[in-house]
Amino acid sequence: MFPAPFDYYRAHSVDDAVQALARFGDDARILAGGQSLIPAMRFRLARPSVLVDINAIDELAYVRESDGHLAVGAGTRDFALETAPLIAQRYLLLADTSALVADPVVRQMGTVVGSLCHNDPAGDWPVTALAARAQVSIRTPGGATRTVAIDDFVVDSYTTAVGTGEMAVEVRFPTPGTRTSGSYQKIERKVGDFAAEKLLAGAKPSKDLIRAAMREAEKIADPSPDNRGSVEYKKAMAGVLVGRAIAGALERLGVGGLK
Amino acid sequence: MATTTDDLPARHSLGKSMKRKEDPRFIRGKGRYLDDIVLPHMLYLALVHSPYPHARIKSIDKSKALALPGVKAVITGEDLDAAKLEWLPTFHGYDKQMVLAFGKALYQYQEVAGVVATSREIASDGAELVEVEYEPLDPLVTPFQAREDKIILRDDRESKTNHIYHWEVGDKAKAEGELDGSAVRIKERILSPRCHPAPLEPCGVLADMNKATGRLTVYMTSQAPHVHRTAFSLVTGIPEDKIHVISPDVGGGFGNKVPVYPGYVVATVASVIIGVPVKWVESRTENLTTTGFARDYHMDVEIGATKEGKVTALKVSTVADHGAFDAAADPRKYPAGMFGIVTGSYDFPTAFAEVDAYFTNKAPGGIAYRCSFRVTEASFAIERGMDILARKLDMDPVELRRRNFIKKEQFPYPSPLGFVYDSGDYEATTQKALDIIGYDELRKEQAEKRKSGELMGIGVSTFTEIVGAGPGKHFDILGIKMFDSAEIRIHPTGSGIVRAGTRHQGQGHETTWAQIVAEELGLDPQELLVEEGDTDTAPYGLGTYASRSTPVAGGALALAARRIREKGKKIAAHLLEASENDVEWKDYKFNLKGVPGKSVTMKEVAFAAYTNPPPDSEPGLEATYYYDPPNLTFPNGSYIAVVDVDRETGAVIVRRFLAVDDCGVVINPMIVEGQIHGGLTEGFAMAFMQEIAFDESGNNLNTNFTEYLVPTALETPHWETANTVTPSPHHPIGAKGVGESPNVGSPQAFVNAVMDALAPLGITHIDMPLTREKVWRAIRDAEAKVS
Ligand SMILES: Cc1cc2nc3c(=O)[nH]c(=O)nc-3n(C[C@H](O)[C@H](O)[C@H](O)COP(=O)(O)OP(=O)(O)OC[C@H]3O[C@@H](n4cnc5c(N)ncnc54)[C@H](O)[C@@H]3O)c2cc1C
Repeated sequence: MFPAPFDYYRAHSVDDAVQALARFGDDARILAGGQSLIPAMRFRLARPSVLVDINAIDELAYVRESDGHLAVGAGTRDFALETAPLIAQRYLLLADTSALVADPVVRQMGTVVGSLCHNDPAGDWPVTALAARAQVSIRTPGGATRTVAIDDFVVDSYTTAVGTGEMAVEVRFPTPGTRTSGSYQKIERKVGDFAAEKLLAGAKPSKDLIRAAMREAEKIADPSPDNRGSVEYKKAMAGVLVGRAIAGALERLGVGGLK
Repeated sequence: MATTTDDLPARHSLGKSMKRKEDPRFIRGKGRYLDDIVLPHMLYLALVHSPYPHARIKSIDKSKALALPGVKAVITGEDLDAAKLEWLPTFHGYDKQMVLAFGKALYQYQEVAGVVATSREIASDGAELVEVEYEPLDPLVTPFQAREDKIILRDDRESKTNHIYHWEVGDKAKAEGELDGSAVRIKERILSPRCHPAPLEPCGVLADMNKATGRLTVYMTSQAPHVHRTAFSLVTGIPEDKIHVISPDVGGGFGNKVPVYPGYVVATVASVIIGVPVKWVESRTENLTTTGFARDYHMDVEIGATKEGKVTALKVSTVADHGAFDAAADPRKYPAGMFGIVTGSYDFPTAFAEVDAYFTNKAPGGIAYRCSFRVTEASFAIERGMDILARKLDMDPVELRRRNFIKKEQFPYPSPLGFVYDSGDYEATTQKALDIIGYDELRKEQAEKRKSGELMGIGVSTFTEIVGAGPGKHFDILGIKMFDSAEIRIHPTGSGIVRAGTRHQGQGHETTWAQIVAEELGLDPQELLVEEGDTDTAPYGLGTYASRSTPVAGGALALAARRIREKGKKIAAHLLEASENDVEWKDYKFNLKGVPGKSVTMKEVAFAAYTNPPPDSEPGLEATYYYDPPNLTFPNGSYIAVVDVDRETGAVIVRRFLAVDDCGVVINPMIVEGQIHGGLTEGFAMAFMQEIAFDESGNNLNTNFTEYLVPTALETPHWETANTVTPSPHHPIGAKGVGESPNVGSPQAFVNAVMDALAPLGITHIDMPLTREKVWRAIRDAEAKVS
């Protein structure tokens, strides 16, 4: 399995990358961690003419908290987020997610923003970003930056608001309030498997409410069948996991006994 | 009688956990695998595959591929047919296999054409440019569809049926009569699903035809290099002395590297025609979709018993899916391999087994995946069957087994299906397992848990393996008897080189072979170099699979070493100035009888063999032995799994797993333990996540490692191991072979444990793999029935 021929360009700044995209045209693609793009190229499902590699742009690798949110740069690997001290203290949903994405080897390379841009329906980061009401900053070909709410960023499976010649530079997760918690649950066939099912929730205590949420989740879940499970199973698991996620989140707020 | 390793007398080299001599090079990345070999002017082959499971090939247009700079040749089935190289014999000789699809493609991913180019990338680009026009045909996806003979798959065969063979063993009328007369009787359709060994290193070849010397050197990922040399000679007509097969370091085989694959042939043909080396290394998808799969046995298992739980009869009727060609790697006399081991560890007064095999639009294979031919299937059938019977009798599954074990006094035990089991002490092995795991405590805990609706299960498997093919009078490949061989040369300074006809793929022969020879000769195993895999230097052997290396080549090694000792004795007598009759081998040296302290070591003898041999004898110290074992060996084991099942999601957690194995005399406990760990991990994968499945159009659903799951350290349970030792009475060192026991013995322990957990819900059987959804569905359906 060898990719179709392609050219390679290493960018050293965001401007450099955006200019390269403009120069190389429609078939140029950004290469972040390569954990989704390279396999797709090896299967020849993706055939970019040029790869614009952003791994050498040091200024993009950061996790910082300011103005009521956590900003994660496009160069930040899953592993860096998973081990950032801030996360374990305040961003429990991000902590759960980053520990469940793929396996430790993939997390050393894969980026959070790359996962959002890839927007695989079985991916973990798009789900968490949706639940956490994240925002994504995008650099346009003209050099301007626009910020898009996650609901608008996620357009469809494998499609995002990132346009031709554009590059996502940062994702921002709002800092949770003290009465807010989260929990991320996932069913996988083995460690590092894409999610068969995953959900999460905010808090509001009572067993009945949890049961109602479970039923609702089962109802609104609209999964596709694959080797990970049938529609029927996935819908049922949406309910089970919502229940567990709510109970888990509540437990973190000190409200026990609802599991 | 069974003993533990601790009870055995101290030995010179045997029974020691010597570190593996091969590991420093593997750990440092200095192994030399097929793909590490690069020859000058080498070209690369890429294959074109059929997207359809069944299709007529209307035309193949090579022109675009040939126009791509760097492409040197495009080869199709028609080209091979013109060269009379289109068909390959299969090992048992009952069928033949197409090299490249010709006329019709018979399974998805079947090889249709080959493109040879100056680089791997160009070869892949060229393969994309080969234009094949197909006319899709209706596929046969299951053997049950094939059985109807509405579509006939193989127009090339004279008999117009998809039925390949019927094979049976035992007394049908008697078994059926006994079943009818039994007080208690069970029947279950049990599937051993199609799975794949998926060695980490895929298959490959580098063929190098040297037109100047007229010799063809074939580097290949081969578990049986000599057999492959003979096969190449038979297929191509090149005299065998002009063919040199080299199997370099092999990254896992598990049976997958026993057959000859189309890529090997096409690369070789290309090298012969073009006159430069041609390499082909398959991708993961090619490995999973086209090379030897395993199992795919649909087994109807029936057992009869008395009310007290004494088994009276066994009948197993199997429908086997062999794919598009009957390339199953089985000996000629045994088209269903050793399936006759299906009576397992139990004393059945009568039994009957039959197998009907069919062609389907799936890849050919039916290789033994880390087991002797068809033993995993057989073992799964009987161990599941016994559990289902125990449930019906409302008896503890261990108790039922104990009431039916073949007793240690009954060995050598002639089984009703024609094997003679060499030795075993099933009771002792099982008792040890029960003690270590704390069986009674676990049953108590389970009873408590059941009260609150928690699903905890304990599963046992007390299996008997049959390995070491093995007697040449019964077993062969391409007609060649399944003996094996060893050659030992001791150098003047007392070190030496040991060669065998086997070819390890991770089993540790470089260490264990040295230990066997060192034990026999009192030499240092660190100074015995072991070499395998080169047909120019190694003695002819049948290779490594079916746990046959230790039972067969291991015997050859010990007996070759004893020949050295015979000669050594003459030399020792000469050195001791005594008659040979007064010299005895004791405490790992030659001693003058009755004169304590008067002795010579093998090292001294070796030096004398070259510097001071007895006047009437040949100088030098070497020996060869070709060993045809008198019987197979029968390792056994008692495995126990403890699981917890999540009622809501169907997820299974393996809480504990214990394997107590009896593989006879142990050569290297650490290596045995490693083999057990690896095989258990594979058994775990088969039980819970692995299957090569097809949709109803015949599309393969598991074509890469995101869909064909291989467990890593992250999800693999913790393994507990122990052993008992019941030596094989006929093997020169009492060893039985172990590599495959854990793969044969473990799947049913996992499945039995999950079924035990689900027993309160009345669930008796779920076919592997036990995915969450299957378990969840069974629970949901059972709960619906109750409410
Ligand atoms: C074995 C394995 C298991 C995995 N398991 C999981 C799992 O369990 N859950 C899960 O969610 N994911 C999983 N993944 C995917 C992994 O998390 C990927 O890393 C992630 O989806 C993409 O991140 P990346 O940095 O590797 O992106 P890349 O592969 O480099 O890029 C992905 C796509 O996004 C585009 N892109 C990347 N960065 C930008 C940017 N800054 N601006 C615009 N476009 C951009 C690329 O052009 C490409 O189209 C797995 C991957 C592997 C190999």
